[in-house]
Amino acid sequence: MDMTDGAMTVDDVEVASGYLDVEKLRRDFPILAERVHDRRIVYLDSAATSLTPRPVIDAISKYYETTHANVHRGVYATAEEATRLYEEARIKVGRFIGATRPGEEVVFTKNATEALNLIASSWGHANLKENDVVVLTEMEHHSNIVPWIMLSEELGIELRYVPIDGSGRLDLSNFDEFCDGAKLVCVSAMSNVLGTINPITEMSKVAHDHGALVVVDGAQSVPHLPVDIQELGADFLAFSGHKMMGPTGIGVLWANATILEAMPPFLGGGGMILDVKPEKFLPADPPDRFEAGTPPIAEAVGLAAAVDYLQSIGMGQIRSHERSLTAFALESIGEKLGDDCRIFGPPAGDDRGGVMSFSYRDVHAHDIAQVLDQYGVCVRPGHHCAKPLMRKLGVAATARASIALYNSEDDINVLIEGLVEAGRLFANA
Amino acid sequence: MADLEELYREIILDHYRSPRNRGELPVPPAHRVEGFNPLCGDEVVVTLIVNDDTVSDIKIGGTGCSISQASASLMSSAVKGKPVDEVRGLIHTFKSMMSVHQSTLGDADEDGRQIEPGPEDPELVDSDALGELAALQGVVKFPVRIKCATLSWNALSQGLDELS
Repeated sequence: MDMTDGAMTVDDVEVASGYLDVEKLRRDFPILAERVHDRRIVYLDSAATSLTPRPVIDAISKYYETTHANVHRGVYATAEEATRLYEEARIKVGRFIGATRPGEEVVFTKNATEALNLIASSWGHANLKENDVVVLTEMEHHSNIVPWIMLSEELGIELRYVPIDGSGRLDLSNFDEFCDGAKLVCVSAMSNVLGTINPITEMSKVAHDHGALVVVDGAQSVPHLPVDIQELGADFLAFSGHKMMGPTGIGVLWANATILEAMPPFLGGGGMILDVKPEKFLPADPPDRFEAGTPPIAEAVGLAAAVDYLQSIGMGQIRSHERSLTAFALESIGEKLGDDCRIFGPPAGDDRGGVMSFSYRDVHAHDIAQVLDQYGVCVRPGHHCAKPLMRKLGVAATARASIALYNSEDDINVLIEGLVEAGRLFANA
Repeated sequence: MADLEELYREIILDHYRSPRNRGELPVPPAHRVEGFNPLCGDEVVVTLIVNDDTVSDIKIGGTGCSISQASASLMSSAVKGKPVDEVRGLIHTFKSMMSVHQSTLGDADEDGRQIEPGPEDPELVDSDALGELAALQGVVKFPVRIKCATLSWNALSQGLDELS
């Protein structure tokens, strides 16, 4: 994939105080030129899905306009080219997260949820039996809880939840005991509600000492932090394309090649077999074994372009920008709204990402979001697919503002302006 | 912010701030129904007593946004002491008001289900019969919030079905 002329280099976009040149970057995102309620869009919902930059849109269009054909087995020129692009995307995505054998270790799925379900269904059925222990945490997204509950109902495995402490971090004081006898530890690298960045490297060491494998939900971390799976020491990593500036409909499962090799197929169908007879089949090697049916080809091409885009800016620079903006947001909200606004999760710092869930006075999250919409501000109200965590926090719902590389201090100021209006409207409520 | 003013009418904010018939009736004699909005995590608990085909008492519990809470409060005031038939008619009229008539879905409710013809012409929403409930009309402009407004009504409807 060629990058279009609009692609930035690090020197172009980095400015003072760790911020990227947002004004310049925003021009890469056509949707930001749209207006809602006669205002500019203040997009603060990147934890749900990120906006799509022009190079990604162009890559997908170009693929459909010049290349589209089904992958594998076609011998004509465009089918060869489609296959090449698809497999090249696999390598690119794998290298992005530091995979040493990307051609074998990267499986394309529908999304992060499907990647986690693949692990539970395939690895889980092959390796877990009654009374085996799977360790989860209280800050997991439903996608890293429900597949394990389903397995627990079916196989009778035991689920243990590592609690969170008052600051919104994992309480790891007894983590060693949690891992005792565990077969698997499943943890989010960054909470989609609290913004907490978890110490995966340390947790992996403890888990491995107890003979447990480690599943990391990277849906929030891979788009916003430099991620190296060698450093994390995890055995599985799941993430989604659409949260990292790529298209919807594609997710990624990375797993250690030896582990993948021993796993049974997930879905059955075309492309995942070596041979089929009326009564039996021989599965293909990974990653094909786990990619039944026509895969998300255009989406893989788009995801590769998204990886190019992120790397052209630099994950370190992106993290630095978002870290500075998170610190600004937490400080400004505290300064201007005081105790009226309760923000969940750790204070700004190394272990805090740009996801900010908050409650404002007694105003319901849904009402906050409704008022903010009139200011063009896109935030998400609700339980954020983390109901166990909501119960732990003692709230039914929160409003969540989440940032990405295209957000600026101006966006946070409009958010605060909208919150003040919500406070006025619901005064004495 | 004209749309907002239309959504958050004073009467809605009043019922949100001071909900009527708040709480739960003891079960039995009351019948208890729960409703959930998985979208936002809101939940409503409707407890009601039906005597001689009349909703003799009703209380509303649970948590939710201003629209769901105000709608539940307005509903409880509107149906308390009313004959079941009349309450069913009101439920139908209210749900018709909340339906997406003008959309491509046609005459369907918030879940896209076809609204069955009620005792009255479904096209004709009688504002007089709705009384204060007409204040919730502004919700239709905000399709995502329709589920908030109908949460308690669906629970009440389910409760009446279970009792009959």
